[in-house]
Amino acid sequence: MSAATTAPDAADTAAVRRAIASTARPPRPGPLSTALTFGWRGMLKVKHVPEQLMDVTLTPVMFLLMFTYLFGGAIAGSTSAYLDYTLPGLLVMSVLFTTVYAGVSLNTDLTKGVVDRFRSLPIWRPAPLLGSLLGDSVRYVIAGTVIIVVGVLLGYRPDAGVAGAVAALALVVVFSFGLSWVFSVLGLLLRSPNAVMNAGFTGIFPLTFLSNVFVDPATLPGPLQAFVDVNLISILATACRSLMDGTPDVGAIVVSLLVAAGLAAVFLPLTTRLYRSR
Amino acid sequence: MTLHAPLAIEATGLVKTYGDTTAVAGIDLAVPPGVVYGVLGPNGAGKTTTIRMLATLIRPDAGSARVLGHDVVTEADAVRAQVSLTGQLASVDEELTGRENLVLLGRLLGLSRAGARARADELLEAFGIAAAAGKLVKHYSGGMRRRLDIAASIVVTPRLMFLDEPTTGLDPRSRNHVWEIARALVAEGTTILLCTQYLEEADQLADGIAVIDRGTVIAEGTPAQLKASVGSGGLRVRLLDAERRPEAAALLERAVGPVTLEADPAGLTAQCPDSARAATGVGELARTGIGIAEFALDQPSLDEVFLALTGHAAEVPPPAATLEEQPS
Repeated sequence: MSAATTAPDAADTAAVRRAIASTARPPRPGPLSTALTFGWRGMLKVKHVPEQLMDVTLTPVMFLLMFTYLFGGAIAGSTSAYLDYTLPGLLVMSVLFTTVYAGVSLNTDLTKGVVDRFRSLPIWRPAPLLGSLLGDSVRYVIAGTVIIVVGVLLGYRPDAGVAGAVAALALVVVFSFGLSWVFSVLGLLLRSPNAVMNAGFTGIFPLTFLSNVFVDPATLPGPLQAFVDVNLISILATACRSLMDGTPDVGAIVVSLLVAAGLAAVFLPLTTRLYRSR
Repeated sequence: MTLHAPLAIEATGLVKTYGDTTAVAGIDLAVPPGVVYGVLGPNGAGKTTTIRMLATLIRPDAGSARVLGHDVVTEADAVRAQVSLTGQLASVDEELTGRENLVLLGRLLGLSRAGARARADELLEAFGIAAAAGKLVKHYSGGMRRRLDIAASIVVTPRLMFLDEPTTGLDPRSRNHVWEIARALVAEGTTILLCTQYLEEADQLADGIAVIDRGTVIAEGTPAQLKASVGSGGLRVRLLDAERRPEAAALLERAVGPVTLEADPAGLTAQCPDSARAATGVGELARTGIGIAEFALDQPSLDEVFLALTGHAAEVPPPAATLEEQPS
């Protein structure tokens, strides 16, 4: 199409000039269309940066194998009994680990100058943030599905069947929508993507272990047990376990949803404010 | 005040401070439409902060600015709808392909799905990146990346473009391509605010230049005016016979001005306030019978202008270091 004399790796000035002359400014797109375009970008990231997904998916699978076969018998009497206990908790761990990447990718955009590109466009301001939720949710569903499938391959059978597993996964994903704004704020405040990752995991790793994900807190010393009981990750794990067992613990489910809503109510406005001013 | 066409950029007393550091300490700019206007200054002079204020990315702490007739604070969206940014100011996404980057921007600017794709292909073709359209940008070479960067900023042709350090780290051939594109944009009526620390680049492209140092404009004018303001150029002479250089030096010292000897054993330069004096010098040499191989009257380079204005040399980073920063 372009002038045949131009080297293939160089700009063709005549064609550039035609390209410059040929556009009229189209009408501004609506908020929804803009957010969906950012959603599309989020999906492309899942495709192009699979490492992120691998990192967070493999760690829980490793824990699943290690805990079940090394400690499972000792903790619960048999590996299959332990798998029954721990799998819903590992589902929580797997998806919550993935939420840290909401902050990491936001920080990457910020440090690379991509955020400035978006901020220089005449678009609906919250669109980039809301759109990225779409890509994030795909990651959450994949991370959660992988751990459930590996569990089933190892012999885990949820009493509530597929419906129970789907309900538990849905609850964790909704909770993650709330939690991801905490990491988005970190992503906007810290200096580098690595700093966000370190801070995120430094927070979420011990919280996961000081919960009922791996062990029944009944055997823990009093003060520790008291902490584990109020740890949100315990409450969410209890809710998921109850959904997968077919005996929904309404209290735990409601608390999980309220906490998710609370986190979003505080950290979503904070995120949008920081996003505007950075 | 003139009654000509409204200014593309009109800034008055812009100030931006970070903590106790004053990045921009009261900058005034008046940029007419349809030109390349160079903002020249060393690293940390306040160029980028100034442009970020003009591009609505940050709010000025004091002062005001209108871009294409719109206030950058109260009518930020109207400004955004007509400008675009390049380089360090607003990056393309390294984790997407070149084509995806252009389609994304097309969609965000309001093109239809098919329209955005067609525009992306047109630009990829015109900028010579069609072959790498499906590759992730982090695998692009420096020159390709820079072209994509500019392509991304003309998905919809802007009326004003902030061109930030467009050739830092590029080889001379790629650099010339970027300059040609900038000239093509101006030919189509776009105003370009060129931010650079390369004096040669400003000299090549800019119709007007503001020199910024320590957060203020310390000089303003056309490249020729700035050079003239520093005064003298030099009369550069190369003799036929190197043996006679001491004699020629003594003569020019008397007839023209202070002489410096060049590395070339037959070359010497005399500082020279005007062309009449230079002509006298050349005449004297001829009359004395000292053979001249060539002579030229040099204008001072913008480097010298910069040194004269700021009292320190322009700090230009070694291009090699910048190239190495390109993602592998």
